[in-house]
Formats: sequence, C-alpha cells, structure tokens
Amino acid sequence: MRKEEIISKLPYSKPFLFVEEISHIDENGVEGNFTFDENLDFYKGHFKDFPVTPGVILTEVMAQIGVVCLGIFLLNNTFSENNSIALTSTNVEFLKPIFPNEKVKVFSEKIYFRFGKLKCKVMMKNEKGEVVCTGIIAGMMVSPPQPSPQGREPKLD
Amino acid sequence: MNKEQTIDELKNIVKPYIVNQEAFDALTVETDFINDLKINSANLVDVILDIEEKYNIVIDNESMERMINVKSAMEIIETKLSERE
Repeated sequence: MRKEEIISKLPYSKPFLFVEEISHIDENGVEGNFTFDENLDFYKGHFKDFPVTPGVILTEVMAQIGVVCLGIFLLNNTFSENNSIALTSTNVEFLKPIFPNEKVKVFSEKIYFRFGKLKCKVMMKNEKGEVVCTGIIAGMMVSPPQPSPQGREPKLD
Repeated sequence: MNKEQTIDELKNIVKPYIVNQEAFDALTVETDFINDLKINSANLVDVILDIEEKYNIVIDNESMERMINVKSAMEIIETKLSERE
C-alpha cells in the first residue's frame, strides 16, 4: 500500500490530523513526521501567552503516525470506513518541550498485532534529533458501534 | 495438569489487568474475565498473550473468542497442551 494512500485512509481531518508525511513503513514499523503550525488553536490557551504543545497532542501525534498508520498498513485492503479505531492505552514519558513551528519525527516499532490489537513502542524526536517523548501505545480496530434497541450508549468493551 | 495450580497461575496472569478487586479475591472457575473482573477487551488480548507465553502454546482466534472465563481458559490451555504432546 502506498504511503499517500494510507494518509488518505486516516479517519481524521484538520484540525485533528497530525500526520504530514510517512517516510518509511513496513510490517515491523513506521516513521513519519508532523510540523506544528503556529496557528493551531490550542496554542492560544496552552499556556496563556506562552505557547507550548500539550503532551496529549504529542501523544496523539505518536498514536496517529505510530499506531493508526501502521495498523492501516498491516490490515492492507481489509481496512475500510466500516472499521472504527480506538486508542486503548498509552504510557508516555516526556523529556523535551515542542514549540510552535517545530517539526517532529515519530519512530514506531511493532510489539505485536494480535486479535485486532496493535501495540507499539513509539519515540518522538525533534529536528535536532533529541528525544522528545517515548512510550508504549496500543489501539484496537473494532466493528462500528451499533445503535442498541434500548437507546443506550454502546460500550466499547 | 493440576487444577488448583492452574487457577493460581491464571490468577497471577490476570492480576495486573483486573478492575474489580472483590471479584478477583473471590475468583472461582466460573469467574468471567470481562463481566466479573472488568478486564477490558484490549487488556484481554494481553491476558491471552501472557497465557501463550506461560504455557508455550498458540491460541487461535476461535479459542480467543471462547475464552470468557477461568473455566474456558483452563479447558483451552489443557487442549492446546495435549495437542502439543
């Protein structure tokens, strides 16, 4: 599957698409990058008069590149709009801040992909090649939630 | 395969993933992984991978779907172990 095709299959759009380019992908892992536009909305409030990229957003960048892109690649043509994806766990440590206009590179290594769950060891580096954050992120490909007869919210698990 | 020993081993495997401590403390063969122990479906995958590693067996999709409680887990482990011999 071509790298551009994977990005086109991502279920995100602006302002929540955090994949700019996939530079390498194979069945064992993926590398990709993203540049933080200074006009992104969260910089207005995180922090007041001192824009720094929130850790949750760095985690999201790592999850989108490192887990979702790789998951789409691994499922190849069996991934469709009928699949929904869910983040199931993150364990991330943060070492350096990322400021507006910085470009980050994400490196992800597959730990396993079994029973629909993809677990990866993911690392983010800044343009100087310094480690920004590192951790373990997992997600699952799940069938779309069906509206239940009682009108209750369907549970993920 | 010693039943009591296997239950203890399974208890050790599920321990990091359980949410309901009371159900865990009172664990029996009828204890359901999701409904009683409140293990979520993503962590259930880790439980199964830990079982594979512990008993050196491979669990297929069909067995995975049947593995809903302690009893079914023990049956599947026993079957897989006997297939291996």
